[in-house]
Amino acid sequence: MMGDLTQYFDYVLMAMLLAVGVAVIRLRNLFAIVMLTGVYSLLSAAWFTSLDALDVGFTEAAVGAGISTVLLLAAMLLTSRECDKVSVSRHWAALAVCVAAGAVLLYALPDMPVYGSPDTPVNAGVGMEYMDRTADDLKKIPNVVTAVLGSYRGFDTMGEVFVVFAAGVGVALLMGLSGRRREEDE
Amino acid sequence: MSAHLILRVVAKLLIPLILIFGFYVHFHAKYAPGGAFQAGVILASALILYALIFGMDAARKAVPPWAARVVLALGAFIFAAVGFVSLFFGENFLDYNVLLPTDYRAQYLGIILVEIGVLMTVTAVIIAIFYAFAGRSPEITDEDW
Repeated sequence: MMGDLTQYFDYVLMAMLLAVGVAVIRLRNLFAIVMLTGVYSLLSAAWFTSLDALDVGFTEAAVGAGISTVLLLAAMLLTSRECDKVSVSRHWAALAVCVAAGAVLLYALPDMPVYGSPDTPVNAGVGMEYMDRTADDLKKIPNVVTAVLGSYRGFDTMGEVFVVFAAGVGVALLMGLSGRRREEDE
Repeated sequence: MSAHLILRVVAKLLIPLILIFGFYVHFHAKYAPGGAFQAGVILASALILYALIFGMDAARKAVPPWAARVVLALGAFIFAAVGFVSLFFGENFLDYNVLLPTDYRAQYLGIILVEIGVLMTVTAVIIAIFYAFAGRSPEITDEDW
């Protein structure tokens, strides 16, 4: 029953994620919470790496642990450093939603394919075709991820870029790009 | 911002390395994990580190907010423009094969152009969002924490 030993590594990381999540809920000091969300992202990045999703882990480490933490800190400066205590009675609805969503996920769990199984839709469908065709279509590009993102699925990547663009424009419209209040402009 | 001598010295050493690593992640994505999205975040984080250590005014001098605004739009424009060039030559949107006679070379060129667009937009958006948030709060003294 030992199986693949690296799975225990994943369990440890998931337990640490859970512990950090509980700590974030229980803390009231926003500075500590921002730091712990950074820790959460870093743990997620380690977990993605252990699942062989290197690109996702890389992005999570850069965006989640790096930029998000800085932006949350900057946003925290505009508000107070502590959040108010919330009475327990107001948590019941949230708890009900979490339990219901968790029950649905557990119900769906047996239908999931075994991790790494070769006949999942991911491994059997269009993904494998890209793996086969990259050597021919894009000679000397060993990184299939880049080939898929840049060429085969270029239109999706363009959508992503425009989502990022829209985020930037949205923040600029709400907060102003330079960040200075108008009366301070000279 | 006058104190923190060690932070200043270390930051001055680190910022060029961060920038080089960002470009490495961008241009080495052909062989290794990475790409324009991650590289853009790393490049922007170099400026954020600069702003944290040397103050917002110095950062605004290094990269003015109007530059972030222009680059933000230009990157998305480059990506879409490559697509429209393909349309113009009578092929599908973002079909890079029209760009050069040899198909796989055309794919290289298309991916390089498109990734430069991604890099520009991602870097500029993160810098712009950071300016928008961080520029609003007054300078923080160490006691505030």
